[in-house]
Amino acid sequence: MTNVAAVDHTLGVEPAESPLTPESWGKLGMWVFLAGDAMSFGGLICAYAALRVGDPSWPIPSQHLGIPLTAFMTFLLICSSVTMVKGLEAIQTGDRAGLRKFLGLTILGGTMFLSMQAYEWTHLISGSEHHASLGLSTLFGATFFILTGFHGCHVFSGVVYLTCILLNSGHYTKDSHNSVEIVGLYWHFVDLVWILIFTFVYLV
Amino acid sequence: MASDEHAAPNYMMIFYWLAGLTVVEIAVAYLPASMRVLMIALLVGLAIAKASLVAMYFMHLRFEKMTLSLIALTPPVLLMLFVVITYPDIAWRVFTWIKPI
Repeated sequence: MTNVAAVDHTLGVEPAESPLTPESWGKLGMWVFLAGDAMSFGGLICAYAALRVGDPSWPIPSQHLGIPLTAFMTFLLICSSVTMVKGLEAIQTGDRAGLRKFLGLTILGGTMFLSMQAYEWTHLISGSEHHASLGLSTLFGATFFILTGFHGCHVFSGVVYLTCILLNSGHYTKDSHNSVEIVGLYWHFVDLVWILIFTFVYLV
Repeated sequence: MASDEHAAPNYMMIFYWLAGLTVVEIAVAYLPASMRVLMIALLVGLAIAKASLVAMYFMHLRFEKMTLSLIALTPPVLLMLFVVITYPDIAWRVFTWIKPI
């Protein structure tokens, strides 16, 4: 029982002997969930690829979508992944204030990303004198909004999830902080998927 | 984590790599249309590189047991299979596509 002495039993957390992740069943569970989520995103991205390759008259994305704004959004999400991992590093040394600071910054990054996404969407939907309104009636528009919208929902859920972890941060210690690592996995996954969407929807 | 003893990776270094690769990606996207195949190859390579950096270092896969990496690698493999399976349909579409007047 010595190796479970450090576990905080007040949270009702069981000591885990998951063969892959000895300290945490939750970590294994999150990885399995992310693998499934990757299949969902992958299915959408592959469908987009199939539709686009099969249609030589597909519009050129850089002529309809704003690359500079989205490049900054990509950079922002990468920064939020860095603040997330810094937050984990902080609680690994017992620095709870540091964890709170970096979780707060990660949430800020995610929220800014969502705001910019909302701005981009309203501009595309309302159109301008240079660009006709983009909606779901064309394949280009439909695949764009479904892909970025599905990802945006993940960012939003992630922000809510991160906020819950931040509100719960009083419980985490140097020896018991699995939940922080697990939320980090989810957030890095969201960043990773955006890297792929940015490449295949905006740049290619 | 008491179980894995390794020096913490230099996360800022990974960040600089990710930022740098993003800049290169955007530069590549502005290559002329005549080099489109090269452009796509480079963009795919860069995207895979960035995704791998995030997965290996931020998501800690480099220091976990190999089986976890296998769980993470299964979706891309399955999806590539999926693309291969749908290829005849895509090829037919391209082959029989009639240019709109």
